[in-house]
Amino acid sequence: MLKSRHLLGLDGMEKQEIQLILDTARSFREILDRPIKRVPTLQGKTVVNLFYEPSTRTRISFELAEKRMSADIINFTPGASSVKKGESLIDTVKNIEAMKIDMVVVRHSSPGAAHLLARVMDANILNAGDGGHEHPTQALLDMMTIREKFGRLEGLTIGLIGDISHSRVAMSNIFGLKAMGARVILCGPPTLIPREIERLGVEVSHHIDEVIPRVDVLNILRLQLERQKSGLFPSLREYHNYFGITRERLEKASKPVLIMHPGPMNRGLEISSYVADSEHSVILEQVTNGIALRMAVLYLLAGGKSEIR
Amino acid sequence: MKFAKDQSPGHKKFQKLPPRLLLKGGAIVDPGLALNETADILIENGKIEALGRVDASGFDGEVADIAGKIVSPGWIDMHVHLREPGREDEETIESGSLAAANGGFTAVCCMPNTTPAIDSQEIIQYIKDRARDSLVNIFPIAAITKNREGKELAEILDLVEQGAVAISDDGNPLMSAEIMRRALEYSKMANIPVIGHEEESTMTANGHMNEGFVSTCLGIEGIPSVAEDIMIARDIMLAEYCGGRFHVAHIATRKGVDLVRQAKARGIAVTAEATPHHFSLTDEAVRGYDTNAKMKPPLRSDDDVQAIIEGLQDGAIDAIATDHAPHSWEEKAQEFIYAPFGIVGLETALGLSLARLLHPAKLDLNALIKKFTVSPYKILGLKAPMIQKGETANMTIFDLQAEWKFIEANSLSKSSNSPFLGWSFQGKPFAVINNDRFFISIL
Repeated sequence: MLKSRHLLGLDGMEKQEIQLILDTARSFREILDRPIKRVPTLQGKTVVNLFYEPSTRTRISFELAEKRMSADIINFTPGASSVKKGESLIDTVKNIEAMKIDMVVVRHSSPGAAHLLARVMDANILNAGDGGHEHPTQALLDMMTIREKFGRLEGLTIGLIGDISHSRVAMSNIFGLKAMGARVILCGPPTLIPREIERLGVEVSHHIDEVIPRVDVLNILRLQLERQKSGLFPSLREYHNYFGITRERLEKASKPVLIMHPGPMNRGLEISSYVADSEHSVILEQVTNGIALRMAVLYLLAGGKSEIR
Repeated sequence: MKFAKDQSPGHKKFQKLPPRLLLKGGAIVDPGLALNETADILIENGKIEALGRVDASGFDGEVADIAGKIVSPGWIDMHVHLREPGREDEETIESGSLAAANGGFTAVCCMPNTTPAIDSQEIIQYIKDRARDSLVNIFPIAAITKNREGKELAEILDLVEQGAVAISDDGNPLMSAEIMRRALEYSKMANIPVIGHEEESTMTANGHMNEGFVSTCLGIEGIPSVAEDIMIARDIMLAEYCGGRFHVAHIATRKGVDLVRQAKARGIAVTAEATPHHFSLTDEAVRGYDTNAKMKPPLRSDDDVQAIIEGLQDGAIDAIATDHAPHSWEEKAQEFIYAPFGIVGLETALGLSLARLLHPAKLDLNALIKKFTVSPYKILGLKAPMIQKGETANMTIFDLQAEWKFIEANSLSKSSNSPFLGWSFQGKPFAVINNDRFFISIL
């Protein structure tokens, strides 16, 4: 069992809990290869996907995970709804809850939005990304993918590359990987590294060529193009020249490095097409694992035990 | 999450003093007079008639036994947002005055970020009219620039003639060094302080809390301390260059305190105030995304908190002021990045100051009272109340022992956006007397 009724983030989550989620996800992964990809586990449960921020892959991934579990699903995107009429977040979710739902998957641009929901609602809250804070299921599926390849997380060195300052994916990965005993090296220009991040027990580098030979995994973050506009780095060209992951850079390393990206990719910017499509890339496996992982989280939050048939 | 409180202060009103009132046995502490003794105080028609041992036998007025309580000159909070005119749903001059009296204050300065702003004689007159029957003296602080836009000076001399005691664009940093220079120069004619909200806003535009380890963990964009330091340094240099009196509002950083200390040593006319929340909480209070821990300047690091306490001790920081900033429940019960900055403070200032400064022996009682009386009055160029025969009875009576809990039901502010709700305190406001009126605190 998980300690919390909600999955708000990986900050403070213990190794045993992460392990339980990853183990559960592994057993769900097999369902996705069955001809009939559906189990009745969440039959009768209603899940609301509340996406205040546009999202394609995370929303589809959650939706598929919910469908595979036979849950009833409501998708709510604020575009044509009450938000435009000035209704507060609390009123919106109170109304949704009054319709007797069981779980809420929420994405929102404000850090802490999922925590706010957890305070005012009885439903299980699943954070699908809150501003620049956390995106726990992404980090969990990243860890699931790494563990699948290496059989472990402990003792591995993972490089997180790019805009750490604004990346909820990076934050959740740092919390999760540290809890699992992995080493983490962050690499990006100083303008994209948040203050005092070293206190989380990570190493910071600004030189990608020094990082590559030292890591087992490179998790390459998406560069938000608007960061250049706000003056955090001079040009996309210079970013690519100094931080873009290319074949030439990787070939300098003596051992192969596992390539990951949470998507969507800016091909030719933070990652070259060759690298994205290379044999060491597990970017599409991350996507597949994402469904199994989200099934596992939904299952555990709904009160499920660790074993599933 | 609680729902909005009933917003009527109800039956709570200032009451008229009896024509003759004898306060028996209070411990009088008046730093301005270097007075520190237990004595009876006879008040007749709102004035102090006698001080010392007054025989109560045969006395035909009312007698109040306040043995064991501290009697201080009336406290002033020189940084309050009363929200009237414009946001009377959050606070009014009446409710803010009641909250002030409830917290032990007999005077407040109200900041000009109202709608319309306090940038005309008419608005000052309006505030004075609304405050006419109050126990609490309301001293308006006028805007530095028209409509607080930072572009053209407001009619500073007219505003001062009408009753403004200082000028500030509080809430908005004054980004133009040129306008700040001219404000300091021009205000010399009126001999009033220019109060700075010190924030280099190009560095803080997206920030919602102190930049540091906690903001990193919470994924909230930061407000760097250096954005405050830069402006304090700039305005000290301007005051050194062209004169004028510069007062730093709600100072919150160690470097800022150092800069003020050094400037004072160089003989520059600079003063500073700190808020109780900035010496009581750190940015750790934001964990959990409590929007009542969101204000400007933001709650900073433990080192900054220590620096503020040191500054209060050695006099780098002259005064304690609350930056009482009422916000509606609806506005605060939002996502963290949408919630407005600011918390109420009038009713917790005394409790927090005792808890963080007096009880741990950082400041003695005399020094603490000074930060709420003699010093702020001096900054404003106003005569401080005194406990002396012939003076208006303007006093704050409080207790150092009584234990109490700050709860919404006992607050008289129209807003309850405080991170200190539910906190327990030792020592509380008991009563205030001023303008021939009195009020017993219901905290």
